[in-house]
Amino acid sequence: MSKNLRWKIILIVAATAVAVFAIIPPSKKIHRGLDLQGGIHLVLKVRTDDALKVETETAAEQFRDALKTANIAVGGVRITGLTEFVVEGVPAAADQQVRTLADQQLASFDREAIGGTYTFRMRDNIKIQRANETVKQAIDTIDRRVNELGVSEPVVQQYGRENSDQIIVELPGVSNTTRAKEIISSTAMLSLHLVEDGPVPDQATLLTKYNGKVPDDMIVVPGSTSRNDPTVAYYLLHKVAAITGSDLRTAKPSIDEFNQPAVSFTLNSQGVAKFSRVTSANVKRYLAIVLDNKVVSSPQIESAITQAEARITGRFTQQEASDLALVLRAGALPASLTYLDQREVGPTLGRDSIRAGIVASAVGLGLVTLFMLFYYRLSGINALVSIVLNLVILLAFMSYLGAVMTLPGIAGFILTIGMGVDSNVLIFERIREELAANKGARQAIGAGFDRVFVTIVDTHIASMIAAAFLFQFGTGPVRGFATTLFFGLISNVFTAVFVSRTLFEIILSRRPVGAAKVSI
Amino acid sequence: MRIFVNTNYNFIRWRWHALIGSIALIWIGVATIFLRGGVPLGIEFTGGTAVLLQFEQPVGEDVVRKAVTPISKDAVVQTYGDPKDREIMVRLPMMKGQEQGTALESDAKKVEDAVRAASPVPVIVRGKDIVGPSAGEDYTSKGIWATVAALGGMLVYVAFRFRFTFAVGAIVAAFHDILITLVFLTWMGYDVSLNVIAGILTITGYSVNDTIVVFDRVRENQRQMRREPLDVIVNKSVNQTLGRTIITSGTTFLAVLALYLFGGEVLRGFAFTMLVGVVTGTYSTVFIAAAIAIILSRRQAASAAPPSAAAREPRARKAK
Repeated sequence: MSKNLRWKIILIVAATAVAVFAIIPPSKKIHRGLDLQGGIHLVLKVRTDDALKVETETAAEQFRDALKTANIAVGGVRITGLTEFVVEGVPAAADQQVRTLADQQLASFDREAIGGTYTFRMRDNIKIQRANETVKQAIDTIDRRVNELGVSEPVVQQYGRENSDQIIVELPGVSNTTRAKEIISSTAMLSLHLVEDGPVPDQATLLTKYNGKVPDDMIVVPGSTSRNDPTVAYYLLHKVAAITGSDLRTAKPSIDEFNQPAVSFTLNSQGVAKFSRVTSANVKRYLAIVLDNKVVSSPQIESAITQAEARITGRFTQQEASDLALVLRAGALPASLTYLDQREVGPTLGRDSIRAGIVASAVGLGLVTLFMLFYYRLSGINALVSIVLNLVILLAFMSYLGAVMTLPGIAGFILTIGMGVDSNVLIFERIREELAANKGARQAIGAGFDRVFVTIVDTHIASMIAAAFLFQFGTGPVRGFATTLFFGLISNVFTAVFVSRTLFEIILSRRPVGAAKVSI
Repeated sequence: MRIFVNTNYNFIRWRWHALIGSIALIWIGVATIFLRGGVPLGIEFTGGTAVLLQFEQPVGEDVVRKAVTPISKDAVVQTYGDPKDREIMVRLPMMKGQEQGTALESDAKKVEDAVRAASPVPVIVRGKDIVGPSAGEDYTSKGIWATVAALGGMLVYVAFRFRFTFAVGAIVAAFHDILITLVFLTWMGYDVSLNVIAGILTITGYSVNDTIVVFDRVRENQRQMRREPLDVIVNKSVNQTLGRTIITSGTTFLAVLALYLFGGEVLRGFAFTMLVGVVTGTYSTVFIAAAIAIILSRRQAASAAPPSAAAREPRARKAK
């Protein structure tokens, strides 16, 4: 046995050992997709417009305040679009001052002045940036919530092309879809506001004092009057929140004084400072707890609250209270979400699919083996070794990369068997041709492998191009298929060309030089 | 044992017959597809709800159908897979206004409740698929783009490795295979699902693969047979690789057949796509790809260079 050949054998044995090590035990090393282990797959759309709207409103609000502080009287500040507001009736004398203020405060807006009217439009690049931030923030929030739910190996990521506003969420093993979906998509926007007026049964009564218009610094929010009364009532609240969800340190489910489920929360130091300032200045007034634009309760401020603990009471069930605590802990979503796509696979369906996939692979491999042994005799064993090794290496690739095994991925395995056979058939047929041209076994095998190598590279690259595009544009399970196909092609070049050739060389090394026969 | 040794079938002589036959089949197929209102698309593309139910004891489709008809008149109720598994699939088209918050799920919930109420035996929900209209549009455009991009990418690669007319031959053959497969899928009543799209892309790769093997042989033979016209070289190459073509297709067919028979209901559409694709891919390699390459090469040569140069290597021809 030549030194060269010995090294080749060592390399193959080492590669096999590494691959086998990587996949033992398969149930732990190979990640199964949702279609195989059961669970929920969701595609959500983040309404980034929500965040842009809030940003525009806040900017307009702050600009109005700045104008007031600078003693500039303007006709009005009006929101005119999603990302657009106008400042009307700017007196000519104050023109320069307004421009300077806008330069300072509204850097992310384009400005257009016609007469005394300024139009501010959010810059396009800022819009994209903000939308992206919103999606990222939503992903982080959902990720925290899902982790709090205790799902193992969840997937929460941006879905699709760059700047996409879609998020993919995969929760293996979760079967209560409705609850999972509610936890994911509740905005959990919490804020506490001083009550100016209300609750009253209809909005108009609240506004009679203000000529039917909501004052600039107020908001009208619906809610219910008491725990046992489901009718909707309206509150007139101060627009500026006393504290918001971001002032919370943590939240947990608890029981209120009537032994009803409630949510207790702890404020951070900043929150405590704000809260004690507001409560001490407004003793005996009411404070509305607003969750996702609904008043859940409006307790009276008995005295200045200076400690960090507080409680939200409302009409919760036990489950709702603990879910609310969960989402408050995980933070608010920056924008609301819409569900686009939902797939749910029961655990038994997944198990059946695995069984079917294994049976199909085994039968496929068995049929192919029988044929190869029959048609190529002893060289068929050669082909079988390279095909099985190919599958082992492919599994190892998937294990190392953390790639997910899906049902179409199993189909990819069966195709990889097909590809492996194809390469071997190409080589064997060529060797037979060379043998028929009266070449010795050694020469024929050498020529067979050399000539066919180019063909194998060409066919594999073409197929890899198809697999790459399938991965790029595919979704979920189909991606699993593309991954197996791609790596199956790579490892096939190694096994069908290098390993198979080495096996032939081992056989030849035991024969006298110039032997003319080989079992093929 | 060897089959197809030293064959010398004149495939190229049959090229026009093959082309006309294929075009006729595709025409008839496309016509029937149009008559029945387009390719039957899965809910991934149309949007909608699918619920897979399993019953403890066999329950007739009509019981389920009666239960879900009040929810939607267009509900489709079908036994899923082997009747022994007692599974029934209910599919509903996408309803308007479902893409709000968690309302997407409402149809699935209604189906579940209605069937539970109507069924005399306990029911398990084995799986649910709910696709909103915009996700459906997204999948459709992605499916089309994946196919177009994969074909384009392979066209560029084959053009780069061989000559452009060969690349066109390979891609026309692959496109031919896609159409034939779609026709058979429609005739056999399979829905085009995401898995079927994956199957179609695989056949595309497979078909081009097969064609490349022949073209590689043509390139090799061109170096040794410089005086022979292209059609003779191509025909010889097809014959030389015929054994390999048949054996590979045969073994792949066996592997896919195992998938079709034992791979379970979810993969049946995919496996069927592959079965048809393997057969048509082999046929198109022998008859379509080579034929198109020859026809185009001749035309190109006739307009660009003296006929005797037609069979030369592409580089030599370009140099003139």
